[in-house]
Amino acid sequence: MSKIRFTTIEGRSPGFYALIGVLGVFLLGAAFAWHTMETEGHWVTGMSNQVIWGTPHIFAVFLIVAASGALNTASVSSVFQRAEYKPMARLSALLAIALLVGGLAILVLDLGRPDRLIVAMTYYNFKSIFAWNIFLYTGFMAVVAIYLWMMMDRNMTAFARPAGIAAFTWRIILTTGTGSIFGFLIARDALGTALLAPMFVIMSFSYGTAIFLLVLVAAYRWTGRPLGDAAVLRVKNLLSVFVISVFYFVLVYHLTNLYFTAKHDVEAFLLLDGGPVTQAFWWVQIGLGTVVPLALFWSPWTKDSIAAAIAGAILVIVGGFGQMYVTIIGSQLYPLELFPGKEISSDFFDGVVGHYAPSSYELLLGLGGVALSLLIVVLALKVLPFIPERLDDAEEGAS
Amino acid sequence: MKDDKARDQQAQLAPAEAARRRFLAGVAGAAGVALAPGVLLYGVAGAKAPDAPVTDQVRWGLLIDTTKCATECDACVTACKTENGWGQNEVRSRPDQRAHWIRKLTVKDRSSGHVMSMPMMCQHCETAPCADVCPTGASFRRIDGIVLVDKHICIGCRYCMMACPYKARSFIHENLEGQKPYAPRGKGTVESCTLCVHRVDAGEQPACVVACNRDGHKAMVFGDLRDPNSEISKVIRARGSTQVRADLQLNPGVQYQGF
Repeated sequence: MSKIRFTTIEGRSPGFYALIGVLGVFLLGAAFAWHTMETEGHWVTGMSNQVIWGTPHIFAVFLIVAASGALNTASVSSVFQRAEYKPMARLSALLAIALLVGGLAILVLDLGRPDRLIVAMTYYNFKSIFAWNIFLYTGFMAVVAIYLWMMMDRNMTAFARPAGIAAFTWRIILTTGTGSIFGFLIARDALGTALLAPMFVIMSFSYGTAIFLLVLVAAYRWTGRPLGDAAVLRVKNLLSVFVISVFYFVLVYHLTNLYFTAKHDVEAFLLLDGGPVTQAFWWVQIGLGTVVPLALFWSPWTKDSIAAAIAGAILVIVGGFGQMYVTIIGSQLYPLELFPGKEISSDFFDGVVGHYAPSSYELLLGLGGVALSLLIVVLALKVLPFIPERLDDAEEGAS
Repeated sequence: MKDDKARDQQAQLAPAEAARRRFLAGVAGAAGVALAPGVLLYGVAGAKAPDAPVTDQVRWGLLIDTTKCATECDACVTACKTENGWGQNEVRSRPDQRAHWIRKLTVKDRSSGHVMSMPMMCQHCETAPCADVCPTGASFRRIDGIVLVDKHICIGCRYCMMACPYKARSFIHENLEGQKPYAPRGKGTVESCTLCVHRVDAGEQPACVVACNRDGHKAMVFGDLRDPNSEISKVIRARGSTQVRADLQLNPGVQYQGF
């Protein structure tokens, strides 16, 4: 049995510095956007008193959800003791921390008073799911960091499995918490259901695995390390199961709503006449994010293709952003029903479908969060040995 | 035992001393008669000393009769703007970004075509969803029923706005100037109707209620829902009341009649 050799990446090539440079430009863009939003106020954004959470939340929630899912590969290795996933476990845990940091950074910088972050850490209302999430996020980073240490320190490997189980348990609770941020809202017709908690958990599996697949391929191809098809296709197969699982939850969510007469109006808005929301649902979430990837993953012509696996993973991420748009923006564009069954109007846009056009500041802030996550991964790969020297099929078979 | 002792002492008093005591009692009685209306007013209005704690012996509430509220009248909205200083100083915000502490709502029944008008503002719920979800506790409910935002610890996450079923809260999207000292408002924080807490604590009525009774159609009654003898309690007892989205069982302090 050959030993897996984990090494750092060299990180001296022009390509490496170009990547750092590109990510740095995105970070500068985000810094500029944040500075403008902080000094001017949120009037420079597309957000309003009707659409309260905008594009930054789409990015932030996507990254936070994906962070939990990025840990999948490590969990499968440590918790379910599948040896073939073990070489990829460190990268999986690193990605989980990095994505969470990126998502949280966006969330904090979009606050009306980001300068009061210390208040958020010293004043707690324990009835608030938001307050619980503050502990769940910071705790997740600590638990996964300890898990990484157990995996990477030769003297501590005996504790890797218990640490892996702890991290697995924590991430399930964490994403339940993230889903409950939306699930615990009685006011919004499209939200306020317990289904959102498990749905977010399964969404995290899907998004996180898609990102992991792409980062795995990029890390090996861009450093010239051998990466066998079997490793990539194994992750792809896992991803396909998660994509169909998310679709199942989406189906149950809408079928339940369609059965309730009181929910017919909001369902008509989401599925038929919601304009950009309806289009995002059918074309992006279902079409690009579900049907096309499943066709790529399962069709006899493309199921063994690495290019198809990569394309499918990219589309799952695109679909994930579509799903975030429908969930977060769509639920706010649909007007609050103060008098169910009656028409209401006012000079505060009661009873009318809202309008939301994201500003460039919001996009820059969101993209900056993604860049921050990737930058953490790239720099970490250079500093510590997260990935095996080779991950080709022969090596895998031996390990 | 104590009473017996007092009686013994009374019996031993000299006649002159007894007369002096009767005189003092008379003066005290006259003073009481003279001061009673003021004391009575003070008690009904519930003004509290600045350093006195808020008490749960009262629950402030508002009753709005939609059959009296006229569609074209916005005296309550204008009064609220003037009193609390909103509606004039947001110059950069788009219309959908500007604050609304109170707004006139027109409600039309789809089948009958019946139209009614009413002011809509923070409903000061007993179990306020905004206070439940606030991560720092900035959104809170005073024990006398008034729901407020502590501007010192609001971080501007807007979760309360996502949670409020009445769309009663606004986020401030720009730098503000010219705020009123008793109604702090600032960029990056959330605000809503305070039930004119600064006036209520001083024993006055909210500005909207005063305006409605002075310039409007006398559609609003403010008072203590816990006091069975308050006007608001009497009217509700006599004619009933309804809460908006009563199905959510939030038990708002703002209640309505006429629908």
